[in-house]
Amino acid sequence: MKRICKWGGIALIWIGAFFLLQALLVPKYMDGIPDGALVREYYRETTDHDVIFVGDCEVYENFSPITLWENYGITSYVRGSPQQLIWHSYYTLKDTLERETPQAVVFNVLSLQYDEPQSEAYNRMALDDLPLSVNKIQAVLASRMEDETLLSYIFPFFRYHSRWSELTASDFRYIFHQDTLSHNGFLMRADVRPVDTIPEPRKLANYQFSDICYEYLDKIRLLCEEKGVQLILIKAPSLYPHWYDEWDQQMVDYAAEYGLTYINFLDHIDDIGLDFSTDTYDQGLHLNLSGAEKLSDYFGQILRDAGVADRRDDEALSAVWTEKCQVYHAQAEAQYAELAEKGYLTRATTPGSQVPAEE
Amino acid sequence: MTFDELLEILNDLHPEVDFTTETGLIDNKVLDSFDIVSIVTEISANFDVSIPAGEIIPENFNSAQALFELVERLSDED
Amino acid sequence: MLFTSFGFILFLAILFPLYYLVPRRFQWMLLLAASYVFYTFAGWGCLIFIAVTTATCWYAALRMDRLQKRQSAYLKARKEALSSEEKKAYKARVKKKKLGWFLAALLLNFGILAVLKYTNFAIVNLNAISALFGGGQLQLVDLLLPMGISFYTFQTIGYVIDIYRGKYPPQESLPRFALFVSFFPQLVQGPISRYDDLAPHLLGEHPFDRRTVSFGLQRVLWGYFKKMVVADRLLTAVTAIIGAPETYDGVFVLIGMFLYALELYADFTGGIDITIGIANTLGVPVKENFIRPYFSKNIEEYWRRWHITMGTWFRDYIFYPVSVSKPMLAISKKSRSLMGPELGKRVPVYLATLITWFATGIWHGASWNFIVWGLLNGVVIILSQECAPLYRRFHERFPRVGATFGWRLFQVVRTFWLMSALRSLDCYRDVPLTFSMVGTIFTRFSLTPLWDGSLLELGLGTGDWVVAGMGCLLMLGVSLRQRRGSVREQLERAPAAARYAAAFGLTFAVLVFGAYGVGYDASQFIYNQF
Repeated sequence: MKRICKWGGIALIWIGAFFLLQALLVPKYMDGIPDGALVREYYRETTDHDVIFVGDCEVYENFSPITLWENYGITSYVRGSPQQLIWHSYYTLKDTLERETPQAVVFNVLSLQYDEPQSEAYNRMALDDLPLSVNKIQAVLASRMEDETLLSYIFPFFRYHSRWSELTASDFRYIFHQDTLSHNGFLMRADVRPVDTIPEPRKLANYQFSDICYEYLDKIRLLCEEKGVQLILIKAPSLYPHWYDEWDQQMVDYAAEYGLTYINFLDHIDDIGLDFSTDTYDQGLHLNLSGAEKLSDYFGQILRDAGVADRRDDEALSAVWTEKCQVYHAQAEAQYAELAEKGYLTRATTPGSQVPAEE
Repeated sequence: MTFDELLEILNDLHPEVDFTTETGLIDNKVLDSFDIVSIVTEISANFDVSIPAGEIIPENFNSAQALFELVERLSDED
Repeated sequence: MLFTSFGFILFLAILFPLYYLVPRRFQWMLLLAASYVFYTFAGWGCLIFIAVTTATCWYAALRMDRLQKRQSAYLKARKEALSSEEKKAYKARVKKKKLGWFLAALLLNFGILAVLKYTNFAIVNLNAISALFGGGQLQLVDLLLPMGISFYTFQTIGYVIDIYRGKYPPQESLPRFALFVSFFPQLVQGPISRYDDLAPHLLGEHPFDRRTVSFGLQRVLWGYFKKMVVADRLLTAVTAIIGAPETYDGVFVLIGMFLYALELYADFTGGIDITIGIANTLGVPVKENFIRPYFSKNIEEYWRRWHITMGTWFRDYIFYPVSVSKPMLAISKKSRSLMGPELGKRVPVYLATLITWFATGIWHGASWNFIVWGLLNGVVIILSQECAPLYRRFHERFPRVGATFGWRLFQVVRTFWLMSALRSLDCYRDVPLTFSMVGTIFTRFSLTPLWDGSLLELGLGTGDWVVAGMGCLLMLGVSLRQRRGSVREQLERAPAAARYAAAFGLTFAVLVFGAYGVGYDASQFIYNQF
């Protein structure tokens, strides 16, 4: 008995030290790029959602769940991450649908252009904070770059151990608890950088989305069917990267074939009321706060028409969302105040400035 | 070859060593590989006994006595 | 499968428990299977080569032994009947047959090594000569270089030579012999073991012994520390320096030599620590390959303490046979009559030295850099022999100097820098560049790079330098402790808390500071390439 206690104690110290160090070494995204923090924040939610968005920055910068709630009483969450590729989206969605069953899933189709893993950093941002499960392991195996190991996703220690030399006070401060930066997955940017010129799109050799992407699109569709969730395909109204007509046609055809809704918001810019001299913070790549609110308001009506109910009469829910709205408006006010004072945002490190133009 | 002739060769090489008593010539690193080759060459040149490389093992070179026995054995075989 | 890969750790994690769970008489079979699994990771193609070497040497050894046994039986049976001449003639016939098998095994296996390793080197040189005369050029060939071929070929040839010399009876069982050739911990970078040292342990039965296993694992951990924390970190700076000779000249060449000395030590001895540690964990003792070599006071001593099993291999199987061979004895006679007994005596030894060092050089790699490196080592050894009387006179004149700590320190530092300078041939692209770079130490010397921040541009940040420096200090500390015997035994006598703290600290140092994972190229152990 004494022996067991002794060895058990020793093992506990080792394991404890390992996880403590791991917690210290993993990036927390509390300063610098906030985009990496998005995935983990979903798991702090206490109530379920009627609408789940999945996709890349074209969802988490462009759709504001707070607006959907305030204007339509629709509860929603944006499960986005930077350059989320379609297999990330599928496994993220699968993870979500194991936890709750929304009425509608909204998928942004921009990522169909990528048929292979693009970057280790975005893999990490998409996968690190998925809770460990068979689903996560499958996601890693589907997403990893050539030199990435599964083990380093199960124990991120093995990936981030070399951050020892980059540790800052914030790593210690946020070791066990990190702030929530998004508003149900929406990252707020109130600043403005109007569109002046849009780069001429390059001609592509091949416009056909590859088989692997269709395979995952089918998987997403079947998963939604199985759970009885309505799938809505969208293309967000970001002017760049260019959304080719040939791509658009493929999505129109796919939606028609399976009876899905597909909305290319680029065709609705005037109806939405978007003005790219005031509604974007990075010259048309992403909408800013005012643009996102306009788009969300427009999309709310579409969701309402599709049968998503108003739940503002649910008191418990209202209480939760009222609090969310307060935080949201407080941040908006703070951002507008900072802009009025300085002309720029101190922590303006969302993808526009950090992520390659592709995104 | 007599034991004394062997001792002479050894003393030429390392006058400071008492070869009649030392029994760890190799183990105690008294002789290095250059010394060993010199000894083998000397014996071969002066007494017409060739020591093959296979016999160059610590047991045969650790003491003057062992070395002498080796030489005796090799000259018997011829 | 690199020692530093997760795959290898997993491989060990499966092997160790299994090894002590199977019935003991099957332990060697498990080791054989594990060794071949390990080797298969290097590629199926490599498997053929190690199998051919194993089978041919095993068979040749058996045949030689049969001949020897038949001879003894024949002579014993006809002890009275045969005349001394007839006996001699019979012995000569047997010897010739034995020699046939011996040479066949030698030529075939050295041949494989030579073709795979040196063909392109030969072609490059032939092309260069041909170009002088305006002749045609040969295409380089794309040959597979099986993992560890230099090591296992030498180990196996050593066995064939020993059997030929009748040192011990041969191994009758092919699978048992195959384990001696392929024992996985030492397959990639040595040590080059001797059959009579290693085989009895490999084939023996090993009950689980907590202390042995614990000591083995401690040594593995220490090896990983040296390799991953120190060597792979310094590698970045060394690569930066030698990769840009036009930028990094003068004092940087010196810095490069120094860092390479530390890196190579940490890399090679770390790898050997892992090897020996694994073998020990399996209950198999393996000959040491290093005894604190950088504390050597002269070059001969250095070569008795650095890569020991290679040094003794070349001594026993090249240096001795060459120096006592008939042609060499003939040269000896001639040189004595020409140059007098004193100098003449040394000529054959020196000749054998140069031949041995030429072979050592070319064994290290198919390039002139290594050949020149080997020969220079030989030359320095000969020079130090020639200077011995001078030293003796100096010490007779100043008898108190030799006993001082300062003098010993001077010797150690001198030897360290001499070996480091020779080793720079290992770094630069070709021999002329190496000499000109070493030349810049004298022509373009300036100490400013030491403090103007240049060191931080070598790819290592301040933190990395601190970690590497602490790692080196720890290695130095361990070496100093080792002079009082095994550090693990000293640790064993320490309080439990200290032991756990040491294990804990070292493990987490490897896990955190180790150069592994994304962002680090999984770097080969330097000696895997030989």
